[in-house]
Amino acid sequence: MFGGLKVAIIDYGMGNLFSVKRACDAVSLNAEITNDRKKIINSDGVLLPGVGAFGDAIENLRKLDLIGAIKDYIASGKPFMGICLGMQLLMGESEEFGIHEGLKIFPGKVVKFPPTDSEGKKIKVPEIGWEGIYSNRNNWGNSMLKGIDQNEYMYFVHSFYVVPDSKEIILSLSKYEGIEYASSLSKDNIFACQFHPERSAEKGLIIYRNFAQSLKIGGNDDK
Amino acid sequence: MKNIRIIPRLDIKGPNLVKGIHLEGLRVLGKPEKFAKFYYENGADELIYMDVVASLYNRNSLHSIVERTSKEIFIPLTVGGGLRTIADIRDVLRAGADKVSLNTAAINDPDIIKKASKIFGSSTILVSIEAIKQPDGRYLAYTDNGREFTGFDVFDWAVRVAELGAGEIMITSVDREGTGEGYDLELTRRVSEIVPIPVIACGGAGSIEDVKNVIVQGKADAVSLASVLHYGVVGKYGINDDFAEEGNIEYLKRGRQSSRVTPGKLDELKTFLITNKINCRGKGGKI
Repeated sequence: MFGGLKVAIIDYGMGNLFSVKRACDAVSLNAEITNDRKKIINSDGVLLPGVGAFGDAIENLRKLDLIGAIKDYIASGKPFMGICLGMQLLMGESEEFGIHEGLKIFPGKVVKFPPTDSEGKKIKVPEIGWEGIYSNRNNWGNSMLKGIDQNEYMYFVHSFYVVPDSKEIILSLSKYEGIEYASSLSKDNIFACQFHPERSAEKGLIIYRNFAQSLKIGGNDDK
Repeated sequence: MKNIRIIPRLDIKGPNLVKGIHLEGLRVLGKPEKFAKFYYENGADELIYMDVVASLYNRNSLHSIVERTSKEIFIPLTVGGGLRTIADIRDVLRAGADKVSLNTAAINDPDIIKKASKIFGSSTILVSIEAIKQPDGRYLAYTDNGREFTGFDVFDWAVRVAELGAGEIMITSVDREGTGEGYDLELTRRVSEIVPIPVIACGGAGSIEDVKNVIVQGKADAVSLASVLHYGVVGKYGINDDFAEEGNIEYLKRGRQSSRVTPGKLDELKTFLITNKINCRGKGGKI
């Protein structure tokens, strides 16, 4: 269905990308795991996944000379999706083991879950598990979340979360142990989520289908 | 309160799903991929594949099961059993696992936890601790399905595992495993309270009531169960001839239920938990 369109899954040595590839396969997206800058820039869609430490991730992207490629690709206006660490990297900076600069696509920062909640009860970190995603704004239906119900569960694995300067770009919120955070962001051609849609069962695959659909639309615009 | 994860655990021997008691005396129950798909469609939050005789069998069998499974299910899959090196971990992730479970390798060389979590991310590395309660009340860690004594104190080891960078711990009571007598609540609670990372309770579920107890009293962040769910599937769908003719299949041929467990289904279990004010992903459990 999306046979002619090519998606690049950026491989920068941070975590397991095969589940992302399998989700693409499941929605008939022609995706390749790659760190080739030319392939990335020339793709019709780009996925930036990743798990692990923020500082290592930026360092790896720098070594592979991919920071410019990612920024150029995003500037081209073609669909881009950041997942988990791939979402956090879009921010200005992270406080993980010292301050690290991010890709600065979105002003804001990445912060760690506190060790205790507001009542002093210990919080287990990382958060591993399913949480609802919700929003009190009405831009949901035209976004990558189209077709997903409010409060639907998605699968999360993270110790850090993003705090964007602009609340306008927050697409959905989620809550862990009473702490509310931005679980997805959306602006122009960029969609980014803290959860793993590729591990969030059939509901998560809806996001991959929406992404595939956005490629088609983007492709038509170019012609 | 966070959502508790319910994780069916599938023990694998060669091509088959098996279940034992105290991790011994394995019965063949069917094809793991079929059970995995069934659990996925019925609301499992994650799945665990444990190759219970890994060192004796060819790994290709496990890899092909993992590969077939990962194309059909889109929830996290943890694979363990016999993973000794970074290369072993890489291979099983490449086959389609999302996380790996380490026990023997971690005991033999605790640094592998640090190395592996650095390379693959903490959240990819689960450390499994098999505990046996000693006559003096101490809990000691074992390997090889509870056969090999390590001399490690379970709680000291759990703290160290977390410090070395593991993303979560699965604590198995070998004493309770497969017995249906319920989880070891004291063991689970003490491990869960002592480490800052999530703890998965494993071993002993005989009914859905036991699952509730290990969450409320045992402070488990996630619960793994096998017999209750497997016998629920076998009971509902009868004897399935579609299993490889290998291993102990007498149980399946006789068509008898296990007397030790009350079979249950995932959706019933989740409804029961939600009714008891335990949050989990399931119908009616939305925030």
